[in-house]
Amino acid sequence: MIAVDQLRKIYRVHKRQPGLAAALRSLIHRPTEDVRAVDGISFHINDGERVGFLGPNGAGKTTTLKMLSGLLYPTSGTLEVDGFLPQKRERAFLQRITLVMGQKQQLLWDLPPSETFLLNRALYDVPEKEFRETLAELTKLLELEALVGKPTRQLSLGERMKCELAAALLHRPRVLFLDEPTIGLDVAMQATVRDFVRAYNERFNATVLLTSHDMDDVAALCPRVIVIDHGSLIWDGPLDDLVKKVKPHKQLRLRLARPVDAADLADLGRVVEQSATSVVLQVAQAELQAVVAKVLSSLPLVDLSVEDPPLEDVMRDLFAGAAAGRDAS
Amino acid sequence: MSATSADALSTNHLGGTDSPRTRDTRSALSHALRALPALLRTGFAAVLAYRAEILIWMFTTNMPLVMLALWAAVARSGPVAGYTQEGFTAYYLATLLVRLFTGCWVVYELTMEIRQGTLAMRLLRPIHPLLAHAAENAAAIPVRLVVCTPLIAIFVYTSYASITRDPILWLCVPLSLIGAWMITFGVMAIVGTLALFVESAMGLFQLWLGLSGVLSGYLVPLDLFPERVRAIALLLPFRFTLSFPVELVLGRVDRMQALQLLGAQWSYVVLFAVGTVLLWRAGMRRFGAFGG
Repeated sequence: MIAVDQLRKIYRVHKRQPGLAAALRSLIHRPTEDVRAVDGISFHINDGERVGFLGPNGAGKTTTLKMLSGLLYPTSGTLEVDGFLPQKRERAFLQRITLVMGQKQQLLWDLPPSETFLLNRALYDVPEKEFRETLAELTKLLELEALVGKPTRQLSLGERMKCELAAALLHRPRVLFLDEPTIGLDVAMQATVRDFVRAYNERFNATVLLTSHDMDDVAALCPRVIVIDHGSLIWDGPLDDLVKKVKPHKQLRLRLARPVDAADLADLGRVVEQSATSVVLQVAQAELQAVVAKVLSSLPLVDLSVEDPPLEDVMRDLFAGAAAGRDAS
Repeated sequence: MSATSADALSTNHLGGTDSPRTRDTRSALSHALRALPALLRTGFAAVLAYRAEILIWMFTTNMPLVMLALWAAVARSGPVAGYTQEGFTAYYLATLLVRLFTGCWVVYELTMEIRQGTLAMRLLRPIHPLLAHAAENAAAIPVRLVVCTPLIAIFVYTSYASITRDPILWLCVPLSLIGAWMITFGVMAIVGTLALFVESAMGLFQLWLGLSGVLSGYLVPLDLFPERVRAIALLLPFRFTLSFPVELVLGRVDRMQALQLLGAQWSYVVLFAVGTVLLWRAGMRRFGAFGG
């Protein structure tokens, strides 16, 4: 269980103008500025939940994950992770969590991943039998057999990320903080990692908090999302509800037997795309049934599919709305 | 106050039970001891992976041989401050060996990890990062011992007459080598930790290296210094990182002096260890406040 209440993190950063004169001035006086990286967010995540933690660059996602994993002290507010105060960084706490950062690695660079696995076994006090079982399971799920004996530096990015995940999960953490775990991976590898995270969550009832700019990760893994922007929480709830609220439209993708005039489409909905025999219409959810019936009866239809708007568009509109709200206030 | 907390308070007051902090420390220590073999084994494997780098480092640590050539030429016409040509040979070969055995590199690793933010990955593991670094550095010693075997043979062959025969001094030698390594590690850990506070931590280390080259006896035996400078150099920690083990091996101190100096050396070990711990704690508060 993760409980966060009115969490704040304010960094004091030095400001300096460019140029030699400013550099010399800064020797005597260094003006500072308070940056509110996280500004009073509250949320509650139950055991076994998979939650997407989203926001634009600089929104405060990584700062929050670092506070939750005990790397940063909060400026104010309270947080609790699996019954522990993260900032105390007790050994029992560190043994229950893991933080996977797509851009940082824990694997020993010049040694095979198997060496990191053995080291982690000792550091996390994993009993020999449990270690073997978990490693066998991870090796199978992530297809690591051919990788664990090669020096880490000789592995591809995707192979390294799979081994990173294995190293991070050998001690069977109950809480997974995943910060961009699929960054830089190809589509097949991304799918493998997503499947694996879901399987681990289901197998061990582990809590997963995931940040990612790849909305496919979020759509595939997270029934619930928490969205922050400029350090403040702007959404906490089911992903479907967020999509419905921000983009209350469906997309109707049509493949036609022959081209049609724009006038034939005008009263069906807003035309998003139109080529010779392919049309994408935006239709209000409430009118969907009627529009589909009309399409079937009036157009030379070959194929029809109903889609949610891309999650990227949903997020863009959500952040634009939040920015407009800030400007107005 | 509840009965439970009152009982706990009175038990602690009477000293009948360890405080939670003492229990935590003991538990952390026992966990670290259990993890130590794995840390050493991994460190050893890493050293083997970096074997070429280690060899290059060892072959480029040749300043004592340069100084040996210089001082041997000077001593051709007669002893210098009691050092004959053979005396200089014994001194500089012993200096080279002690330097090779007690070398560390934690300052470079630590400053890099702090600058690149990878210290976060170490902090997530349930073991103190400095303990992990210490094990990784210590794991290199057996490899160095193997590589140094020919040098040890040359030292024994050329300097047999200069090597002490006193078993008490020989008992002190390993302790003094461990002490020298621990002081070197402690200083490096302190300077590395300073990277959490200042951007020019490596500049400070260059300063330490410069002073150490002169005041540890690395370039010139401390006996050759003017009396006042020597008196100061004998009190500073630099001597205990190099010259002291050499003095023991060459029998340049008597038993009583050896024990007193060993006490002084280990006092420095404790001082630097406490300094490291305190600075690390302050550094972690800063890291926690500003992020990595």
